[in-house]
Amino acid sequence: MVDLTVKEDVSLVLGSARLRRSYRTERTFRNMTLACALLVAVLFAGIIWSLFDGAWPAIRAFGVSFLFTEAWNPVTERFGALAPIYGTLVTSLIAMLISVPIGIGIAIFLTELCPRGLRRPIGIAVELLAGIPSIIYGIWGLFVLAPILQATFMPFFISLFGNVPLLASLFAGPPYGIGVFTAGLILAIMTLPFVAAITRDVFETVPPVLKEAAYGLGATVWEVQWKVVLPYARAGVVGGVMLALGRALGETMAVTFVIGNAHRISTSVFAPGTTISAAIANEFTEAVGELYTASLVELGLILFFVTFLVLAAAQFMLYRLESLAGERT
Amino acid sequence: MNSSRYLRRRIRGGIFMGLSVVATLFGLGWLGVILGTLLYEGFSGIDVAVFTESTPPPGEMGGLLNAIAGSFMMGVFAVAVGTPIGILAGTYLAEYGRYTRLAFFLRFVNDILLSAPSIVLGLFIYDVMVRPMGHFSAYAGAAALAVIVIPVVVRTTENMLLLIPNQLREAAIALGATRSHVIRSVTWKAAQAGIVTGALLAIARISGETAPLLFTSLNNQFWSVNPNEPMASLPTAIFQMAMSPYEDWHRLAWSGAVIITMAVLALSITARVLESPSERR
Repeated sequence: MVDLTVKEDVSLVLGSARLRRSYRTERTFRNMTLACALLVAVLFAGIIWSLFDGAWPAIRAFGVSFLFTEAWNPVTERFGALAPIYGTLVTSLIAMLISVPIGIGIAIFLTELCPRGLRRPIGIAVELLAGIPSIIYGIWGLFVLAPILQATFMPFFISLFGNVPLLASLFAGPPYGIGVFTAGLILAIMTLPFVAAITRDVFETVPPVLKEAAYGLGATVWEVQWKVVLPYARAGVVGGVMLALGRALGETMAVTFVIGNAHRISTSVFAPGTTISAAIANEFTEAVGELYTASLVELGLILFFVTFLVLAAAQFMLYRLESLAGERT
Repeated sequence: MNSSRYLRRRIRGGIFMGLSVVATLFGLGWLGVILGTLLYEGFSGIDVAVFTESTPPPGEMGGLLNAIAGSFMMGVFAVAVGTPIGILAGTYLAEYGRYTRLAFFLRFVNDILLSAPSIVLGLFIYDVMVRPMGHFSAYAGAAALAVIVIPVVVRTTENMLLLIPNQLREAAIALGATRSHVIRSVTWKAAQAGIVTGALLAIARISGETAPLLFTSLNNQFWSVNPNEPMASLPTAIFQMAMSPYEDWHRLAWSGAVIITMAVLALSITARVLESPSERR
């Protein structure tokens, strides 16, 4: 910063006009960067405000019962968020159940087992795949995965568990090909590279000394991973998984193609359902009437709130990891 | 006794390590199958018409020219608006406000925006632009994309500026340069490649974004370059065509998908190549 007390003396030497000009540029530039930085916060506040504003008619009309009502009827103007919330949670849960163990497996493979020469190419491939837009996964799911599931996987499971009491209702119904399970599977495939890449990054922060010490005591590769690497990297892995969960919860295009868009809750994972984002994407431009639009915006508000909680928790864990790493080195 | 226990541990280890190899093959296999079908279906449908004709009415042949042009226009608008804002904001976080509480808060908000559901950003722009204007427009679509560009650029810019050694800044200040002068002619210069990388990653990110465009720029079946009207874009065209019952449209949807994927891969690979010298440093 320009020191004001010496300004007088310096200005005698340099000419005060020039100094004042550079002081002014400095102030303008600084304020410009500050304004742009504040714009980020303004955007954030604007999103929350506009969602509340848009959802207000629905909030006033339905109150808290909106969250627990399954009905979704544009004709009688009865709307409830239970089915989309349920669909969002179940598809994300299926996705995480599949992608987390496999993602961690890939990370272990990349950090421990992979031949050195292959490590970089496979790692780069995984990172590139994490950047493929979700609509690609969506149309692949619709045109390729759904017919395959319909022809093979679904009938097999339906007949396999048809007579087992609890599981029968979980895998019941005709095999449509599209539905909650297909959407969850697509989400799993989509989040997999993301989980794998972030877990590998976290695993790589584990100090080699720790692993070497464990090997020195005679631990096997698996024991080192399970008892040394994972406990050390736990916060980072959980943070990364929650980031992936945040993505899965809010994902629109990969899900909209294959979910079936049916506003109902079915015990069967093979039945069509809907998620918050799929409902908004499918219905928003066609919604007539204030209450219908407002209900969709309220769905958006709920989604934003839930993902905010998940992402905030993820950020918190990753920040803590960073400061821990800072202290240790 | 002891040796049998060791054997058990080794077998257990072998099983789990085998599982991790299987997981890798399984995971990468899926992704390989997806890319394989995409390339096969996409390239078998690509011909000159895809790049020279506009989207057809049902049952007729056509191309994706208007959608490609629309995506390009809105992308350029979004990057032209979002990148400077993002770079300046990232500069504040890394230079002026590095250790302040405000910067800590803004960093947190920015990270949330970075992964916020893009469909919600579409709702936001619908509320602040489409509703007051009374109609869907490419301006609104570009604004929605710009909201996605900003946090990406902020994050990469800040990360890149933090990598610049402080000695560089101190040396410049010691020569009598003002802070803003130091930033513009020293730190930005040193972080140039990284900042460009951020912009490229942002372009890659928005070129496949569909959800925020659905109710901002909507879609347009015809050739249009008027930014005040609804405009077609590749992702929305793909969405509409894939959901339709027509075989021809499905082929066009695959072609569009392969164009987007190639563009995204080209952008991310370029970004990676640009970034790698600074990584080695």
